[in-house]
Amino acid sequence: MKGIIGKKLGMTSIFDPGGRQVACTVIEAGPCVVTQVKTQESDGYNALQLAFGDKNEKHSNSAEKNHFAKANTAAKKFVKEFRDYSIDKNLGETITVEIFTEGETVDVVGTSKGKGFQGVVKRHGFTGVGDATHGQHDRSRAPGSLGNSSDASRVMKGVRMAGRTGNDRVKLKGLKVVKIFPDKNYILISGSVPGHNGSIVLIQK
Amino acid sequence: MNAIKYVHEKLSGNKEFPLFKAGDNITVNYKIIEGNKERIQSFKGDVIKRQGVGHTASFTVRKISDGIGVERVFPLYSPNIDSIVLNKTGHVRRAKLFYQRTRSGKSARIREKRMTTETTTATE
Repeated sequence: MKGIIGKKLGMTSIFDPGGRQVACTVIEAGPCVVTQVKTQESDGYNALQLAFGDKNEKHSNSAEKNHFAKANTAAKKFVKEFRDYSIDKNLGETITVEIFTEGETVDVVGTSKGKGFQGVVKRHGFTGVGDATHGQHDRSRAPGSLGNSSDASRVMKGVRMAGRTGNDRVKLKGLKVVKIFPDKNYILISGSVPGHNGSIVLIQK
Repeated sequence: MNAIKYVHEKLSGNKEFPLFKAGDNITVNYKIIEGNKERIQSFKGDVIKRQGVGHTASFTVRKISDGIGVERVFPLYSPNIDSIVLNKTGHVRRAKLFYQRTRSGKSARIREKRMTTETTTATE
């Protein structure tokens, strides 16, 4: 596995060599600092801990400061562990967007936009109950039956109902890397990416 | 959106077009790739819509071809657009001329706006 932490900046569209318009997301990915190297001997598994985004020093406590000081870097906002990292990196080394190449397929993990308390039509894709006309009313977005009748006499666990929607960890697989700008640490990924502009995303493979 | 501006500056740069808007009569010369050959085809008609800002903007051109209305949407910064020629400036009161779709013949004419010649080229 290889991966990097980034910040979603926004969407736009660019033209591919054939002149077709491709929608893509601009992500500021890295540079990330390796703040801890976990190995089979010491921790029971192999992983790299990466840190991204500078943080005001007064907002970090001494435990954080000392942890980042081991990697010889300032305090960072986001820390994430990537298991079985395929590129050999030592403590304190940086990882940039250049670990990816243009045309490569990657997975992007983010937190989807929170939508608040939503009904079953939006939340689970239900189609509502019955007709819009023929005397029916107030049922077009209803959930319908919740299950069985007297045999059970209860609602089964896990029945899909209305509730808090979005704000979940979402992974999109197989997105294409359209373009990389190493000087600005920008990476363009085809299509959309979970979360609002400015949210933290993980790009991994 | 500095990042997006940066991306477009790097990728598509700036192109020069005549300044045109809805109601204008333009000719769009665009490249067509047939097999390995590339040739230029032109599409002449009235602009009925300009949409979007920046490098993702597009416009719609409508013409009457053999009595049948034909519309084409072009991305303004498409690399396949070879050039845009402004033929006539129209006098219209709307930004979107969708009413043209219900009209034909004499009523579909757009009055020409007469004005002093000035340089109308602008980089957008």
